[in-house]
Amino acid sequence: MTSLVDQLDATTASSNPAHHGKNNSKITAWINSKRYWYWLSLLLPSVPVISAYIAVQTGQGIWLWFTIIMMYAILPVADYIFGTDDANPDDDLVNKIKDERYYVYIMYCTTVMHWVALISMAYVVSQYDWSLLSMLGGALSAGVTNGLGLVAAHEMGHKVKDKTQSFCAKLILACSGYGHFCIEHNKGHHKDVATPEDPASSKFGESIYKFVKREIPGAYRRAWGIEQTRLNRQGKSEWSLDNEIIQTFLMTAVAYTLMLAYFGPIMIPFLAIASTYGWWQLTCANYVEHYGLLRQKKENGRYERCQPHHSWNSNHKVSNLVTLHLQRHSDHHAHPTRSYQVLRDYDDVPSLPSGYPTMFVLAMIPTAWRAVMDQKVVDWAGGDMNKVNIDPDQKEALFKRFHQPQVIKEAA
Amino acid sequence: MNKKYQCPDCSYVYDEAKGVEHEGYPAGTKWKDLPEDFPCPDCFVREKPDFILID
Repeated sequence: MTSLVDQLDATTASSNPAHHGKNNSKITAWINSKRYWYWLSLLLPSVPVISAYIAVQTGQGIWLWFTIIMMYAILPVADYIFGTDDANPDDDLVNKIKDERYYVYIMYCTTVMHWVALISMAYVVSQYDWSLLSMLGGALSAGVTNGLGLVAAHEMGHKVKDKTQSFCAKLILACSGYGHFCIEHNKGHHKDVATPEDPASSKFGESIYKFVKREIPGAYRRAWGIEQTRLNRQGKSEWSLDNEIIQTFLMTAVAYTLMLAYFGPIMIPFLAIASTYGWWQLTCANYVEHYGLLRQKKENGRYERCQPHHSWNSNHKVSNLVTLHLQRHSDHHAHPTRSYQVLRDYDDVPSLPSGYPTMFVLAMIPTAWRAVMDQKVVDWAGGDMNKVNIDPDQKEALFKRFHQPQVIKEAA
Repeated sequence: MNKKYQCPDCSYVYDEAKGVEHEGYPAGTKWKDLPEDFPCPDCFVREKPDFILID
């Protein structure tokens, strides 16, 4: 069965993963050692627990901010120091590790740890005496952790045939009340990616603050519509317990109510911030993953299939371990069910100058983001702004500034 | 006679005998009765016209 997939891969030259390096044994050794590095995905949700413990022991509320500092300062610096990793597993290694349960067990442990992290931080913030600023740090740290939880939920949510992984994905989504994500992402985003119709693909010229107003409600509406259609096809109402969005929101409702009952009213602002900041982390990921990239419409009115050049990639070593290779985004969109340990780097695909942690910081400063990314999008499109997913409100101004008909003519 | 069709991306197999209950296509749903935009119920990035008859 794999051979069929490989044959099809081989027929499209542009979609061939890169074959890096001559020293295969060295690459294999590195990829084998990565099996231990993936425990970072478990270590990260441990960071808020450990830092909250230190805060309690030392009485210094600044420690409640530590996860934020890790996300926006330590990880970007680590990406800078440790650089990129373009090692791809060869076919033998892929066959050996792609279905290995070990990698799934890491995900199960991570699932538990995300709940431990949220509850620990809620406990520490509510049960000790902190300044408002320290409590804010605790809530935002829980939010960053929730965002990382969405990465793990994303990985497991794609394994729809595996009931346990699908259930764990829902469990993690419930941490931040984002229960519609897997439906929206698998059936909506992957179908419409890099088109103006996709609320989860950002447009050229669109700041993240404009994007989020389209992304969060748009994604929710699309998920609900998809689930409604599925249930109606089964002859059921969308207002039933078979609705997977409702199932996950019920988990959230039960957990949040219990936390409110045990930890008191401080949980209202705490959980509001922790959950919405988790959503914001996802917004940042969606913003950087396809900025400006556009699939062309074919003569029959359908969009061309999503190709590797319709996603922004990053090979930065540390952030790729933390995000379970989510940054190898072209391969993910080419083969959405492929497990994180075998996602591959491609040659000649759009590349981000750094990993997600750095790019999220840039995205939050729109002038800096545009200064770094706009020219990359224009180069990707060969100066032809008709090939760019452009913000319609700024279309005229952006065409005037970036459209280069003479370059296109010369290239032709 | 039930037929089987395979997704060329993720190798999911649609078996007419089994259908896809979860997506609202009960066992016995014939391939010809699936809508043209029927997506692969595993990877969701290939659609009915892309599938390959295998059995």
